[in-house]
Amino acid sequence: MHSAVAHHFESLEKQAEAQRLGMWLFLATEILLFTALFAAYGVYRFLYTAAFSEASRGLETWLGGVNTLILVTSSFTVAMGLDAATRGRTRRTAGLLGLSILLGAVFLALKAFEYHHHFAHGELPGRYYTGPIAGSGGALFFTLYFLITGLHAIHVLIGMTVLAVVAVRCWRGAYDAEYHVPVELAGLYWHLVDLIWIFVFPLVYLI
Amino acid sequence: MSPLPAGDPPVYAARNYLNTPATGLRSWLTTLDHKRIGVMFLVATLVAFALGGVFALLIRIELLTPGPTIMDAMTYNRIFTLHGVVMIFLFMIPAIPSGFGNFLLPIMLGARDVAFPRLNLLSFYLYLAGAAIALWGMIHGGADTGWTFYTPYSTTTTTKVVPILLGAFVVGFSSILTGLNFIVTTHTLRAPGITWSKLPLFVWSIYATSVIQILATPVLGMTLLLVAIEHAFGWGIFDPARGGDPVLFQHFFWFYSHPAVYIMILPAMAVMSEVVCAFSRKNIFGYKAVAYSSLGIAFVGFFTWGHHLFTSGQSPYDAGVFGVLTMFVGIFTAIKIFNWVATLYRGSISFKTPFLYFLGFLFFLFFGGMTGVALATVSLDVHWQDTYFVVAHFHFIMVGSTIMAFLAALHYWWPKLTGRLYSERWGLVGAVLIISGFVFTFLPQFLLGNEGMPRRYFAYPARYQALNVASSAGASVLAIGFSVVLVYLLVALRHGPVAGSNPWGSRGYEWETSSPPPLENFEVVPAFERGPHEYHDLPAAAPGAGEGRHA
Amino acid sequence: MSDLLRRLLFLPPAASQHARDVDSLHFFVVITTMLAGLAIFGTALAFMIRYRRRGEDDRTPEIQPRHWHEALFIGVPLAFFLVWFAIGYPQFVESTRAPPGAMDVFVMGKQWMWKFAYPGGPSSLDELRVPAGRPVRLLITSRDVIHSFFVPDLRLKQDALPGRYTETWFQADAPGRHQIFCAEYCGLSHSGMLAELVVMKPEEFDAWIALQRRGLARAQDAAAVPGDLLAAGSSLVEQGRNVAAVQGCLKCHSIDGSRHIGPTWRDLYRRRERLSTGAVVTADEAYLTRSMMDPAAEIVDGYQNVMPTYQGKLTPPEVAAVVEFIKSLKTPAVRAGPSEGPVYESTPGR
Ligand code: HEA
Ligand code: HEA
Ligand code: HEC
Ligand code: CUA
Ligand SMILES: [Cu+2]
Repeated sequence: MHSAVAHHFESLEKQAEAQRLGMWLFLATEILLFTALFAAYGVYRFLYTAAFSEASRGLETWLGGVNTLILVTSSFTVAMGLDAATRGRTRRTAGLLGLSILLGAVFLALKAFEYHHHFAHGELPGRYYTGPIAGSGGALFFTLYFLITGLHAIHVLIGMTVLAVVAVRCWRGAYDAEYHVPVELAGLYWHLVDLIWIFVFPLVYLI
Repeated sequence: MSPLPAGDPPVYAARNYLNTPATGLRSWLTTLDHKRIGVMFLVATLVAFALGGVFALLIRIELLTPGPTIMDAMTYNRIFTLHGVVMIFLFMIPAIPSGFGNFLLPIMLGARDVAFPRLNLLSFYLYLAGAAIALWGMIHGGADTGWTFYTPYSTTTTTKVVPILLGAFVVGFSSILTGLNFIVTTHTLRAPGITWSKLPLFVWSIYATSVIQILATPVLGMTLLLVAIEHAFGWGIFDPARGGDPVLFQHFFWFYSHPAVYIMILPAMAVMSEVVCAFSRKNIFGYKAVAYSSLGIAFVGFFTWGHHLFTSGQSPYDAGVFGVLTMFVGIFTAIKIFNWVATLYRGSISFKTPFLYFLGFLFFLFFGGMTGVALATVSLDVHWQDTYFVVAHFHFIMVGSTIMAFLAALHYWWPKLTGRLYSERWGLVGAVLIISGFVFTFLPQFLLGNEGMPRRYFAYPARYQALNVASSAGASVLAIGFSVVLVYLLVALRHGPVAGSNPWGSRGYEWETSSPPPLENFEVVPAFERGPHEYHDLPAAAPGAGEGRHA
Repeated sequence: MSDLLRRLLFLPPAASQHARDVDSLHFFVVITTMLAGLAIFGTALAFMIRYRRRGEDDRTPEIQPRHWHEALFIGVPLAFFLVWFAIGYPQFVESTRAPPGAMDVFVMGKQWMWKFAYPGGPSSLDELRVPAGRPVRLLITSRDVIHSFFVPDLRLKQDALPGRYTETWFQADAPGRHQIFCAEYCGLSHSGMLAELVVMKPEEFDAWIALQRRGLARAQDAAAVPGDLLAAGSSLVEQGRNVAAVQGCLKCHSIDGSRHIGPTWRDLYRRRERLSTGAVVTADEAYLTRSMMDPAAEIVDGYQNVMPTYQGKLTPPEVAAVVEFIKSLKTPAVRAGPSEGPVYESTPGR
């Protein structure tokens, strides 16, 4: 039996199946975590339609767009990394994961630049809001904006950490063509982070 | 009457999870064994229950007189909040799933452990961490918002709501991890022969519970976090002064908390499906109906949360939709009740302590449930909303049925957990005290609610006093009952007679291994040909004689 | 019959047609529940007696349900539940839609009191007066946190939400007094947030509201013509209110319990007041008078010495009137019986 199998599993496949199922369930809870925020966003967007579209128009759509591209690319490199792992070329995997982490870092840097921009214009959440939009709508928009993008940024950070751990272990040769479930799971997590952004981008920047 | 059938003298399993691999505290705190984690959860939740129970007694003492009795209004408001928070988040939600579920689920599946033992231990420590944070908050003043944390009161009060919210948030993650673990375990670690249609009903119900846990808890986590952020920084998410919508909070809260009440009752149903079969020595009537109705509750339960908001100004249209859906969710419980009663038909019923609790459970579930449906008729709810009628409704179900189930589980599986039997006579005394004390405590509260006494009232008009005194008297009987149970169970731990692997003659899979079970649950990977609730083909010899059949 | 049931169930008297309708549903629900309980537990009891364990080697047959069993288990309760709902839901819908021509009253919840305002200006605190036999629509809101307006005798409840109006309505049968509770937890004095509904004969109500409107008008006139503050015919309390309004006391003192520049007058009378010197005094008539004449002598702890002296500005009868007014500002204690004299705020708009 493969050395990675825990004593209570009958085989490697069974264990991998369990791990995959576990990861999918975990991703479901993550999505629900964001769903609460999306629902709040939807409700307030409905209540403060004008203020929200005005605030949304004030965002740098091109920055969001570039960031979307970056994340999609990073998802792609992660997928390539997994492909390499299934062939047992784990060093290559490590490299590709490293590249994905780099892209994640660029994403965060751009996001930080954007945040800086908001701070400079007084576009802050709740009672700190001093931006141009009258009424409560603008403040609420930025409350939700920071909550959603902030939580997403935290997920990017966590994803980068996970990828880094897996990449190092790949480099050290902990996985092979037969057993590389962790690469797969880390990849799944990264795809989730990407997927959530795919929802955030149109929701916050476009409509 | 001896609890044991004649036959070979029972044996105490020499090599069991309690003494392997080691017995020191360290070996417990670092264990990955689901049985030990389950036992630790049980102990921790029992401590939480005692704490919540002390708060409950303080409430009842305070309400003995219309004016102030032993405390001021502020203290009272904190105490009922902490009572609700401790009982719900620290006791009721984890008690049966994380305690008994952890212990039994893998054994019932013929597995050696849950799918992710490390995650399981993490879940326990998350529970402890959350409890510690909440406790810290309680010591530093506690919160006075009620367990529902309605905004904008909760975001503006000066009490320590943030640690209580964060504590509940962290405990929520414990609950998510446990649920996730159980679902994966049920899917991937069933022993050969245990098909979905031979799954013990306990597992079905716990499975349904887990589904709710992982789907609803994240939303609650987010909601509580938002309230904490709002309280700490004033970001204006629910605060009407900043354009927020306080009713949105209620929707978020009940979207979790209505399904959460089923997190509390489904495990109770899980226990009872096992108990009713074991003590009537009968196959369950309508296995499929009972199993699928658990899933039905888990599913439909997600669409009824609006029945907590009938008076909060939602549109009559919404009220209608939520009302009808609530009627439907009641049906699944009705199915179970009818099937349990039908199970007794042509059985061979033995009135041991767990069965007494089953009877109490049936009684409280029926009346608690029917009053729930009465609340959902909308026009009646307008009168009852936020009165003692609602308090009585949920105590009938949560305390009545769920505690009955918890106690039934404690007694039914006590021999499995500890390898020893408790005193059946004292068991009877405890059960009678608790069941009657319970009726005594909460029946008057229905009447108080009818009469119009609102809940969360520190002081009340004098015309409500008689019923309040009756309720407090009942609570003292309850306290005596619980103390009796505590004492004889502790005595049994040391001095109880050795139980043997299957003292009840039950057919549940978990009774196929020795008591207490060995570290790997079964000496050999078991293979089951029969279902866990089949009694018609009992072997000819006296059933369940001491020698557990190690498959 | 229904009276007996009402008593058995501890229901308070029903003060409107709606309340009686809701009670009928209540009785129906209780009776069906009891019958169903009897059937279920009777069956269970019969089984338990008939099939109790007789010997350790009892054997039991395997019994599986037929489809019609399950259909029955689902169909019977569902039918009952839906009937309940079919009765209750229309009652609810009706209770949310006021008939045209209903009299409007604005209700505002506030920590921890109820304020009622009538069209045309007059308003009152903790007492809602309405005519019997006429529909009354309540437009409810809150100044701070969520409260809930609850009249058990009317089987009526509606949350008061900050920043929004909710509405409900009722039509009381006959003159009488009914307790009003706050049913949504709202903090420290949630259980003290009581008020009273006074149902009056329609003619009396009309006369009362007319008087209120006139009193209001007079107060406004009076404000323009100082010296005529002690208008004959009005009560001392009423006069004290006018004096306080005209002399500007209410710029610094609230009468609703909230802290302003000065301490609130609500519940001031006979309050144990801690002074800046650490001494504690009881706010009796003498102290109240001293506070007006020589405010700097005794400073309430936590307040600035900013109150001007009214020595020579207030005549003795005026001082007496103000003291009477302050004495009248009591939060009703938790009580079962009818309230003491009402407190009206006939000086709105400040
Ligand atoms: C374990 C916990 C638990 C459970 C299982 C339930 C179960 C149910 N609850 Fe309850 N409920 C709570 C815990 C629970 N509840 C709590 C904690 C609150 C208050 C929270 C707060 O505000 O603090 C609450 C409040 C609450 C309200 C809001 C009251 C208000 O605040 O105004 C409503 C309204 O509809 C309701 C309804 C129901 C219904 C319809 C069920 C159903 O699931 C019940 C189904 C069961 C049955 C129906 C019995 C079996 C039926 C038969 C055997 C049929 C036989 C009948 C015939 C033949 C006619 N509940
Ligand atoms: C599962 C949950 C649970 C449980 C078990 C209980 C148990 C009890 N509850 Fe509670 N209760 C709630 C959940 C629960 N409650 C909730 C959610 C609220 C709403 C809070 C809010 O408004 O926000 C509430 C509110 C509530 C109120 C209303 C307060 C108010 O609105 O002003 C009252 C009043 O009587 C009350 C009483 C009791 C009593 C007498 C018990 C008794 O059954 C307790 C019996 C237990 C004991 C007496 C323990 C004693 C035992 C020992 C000391 C030794 C034994 C020890 C071991 C076995 C380890 N509860
Ligand atoms: C400029 C603001 C101001 C005005 C106007 C004012 N007060 Fe005061 N009042 C105060 C302050 C501040 C205190 C508390 C400090 C103190 O005791 O002097 C106070 C205290 C009092 C007290 C004692 C209250 C207690 O809690 O013990 C009474 C009685 C009183 N005022 C009556 C009056 C009357 C009557 C008038 C009008 C005729 C009036 N005040 C006008 C500011 C004011
Ligand atoms: Cu206002 Cu409770
Ligand atoms: Cu509910």
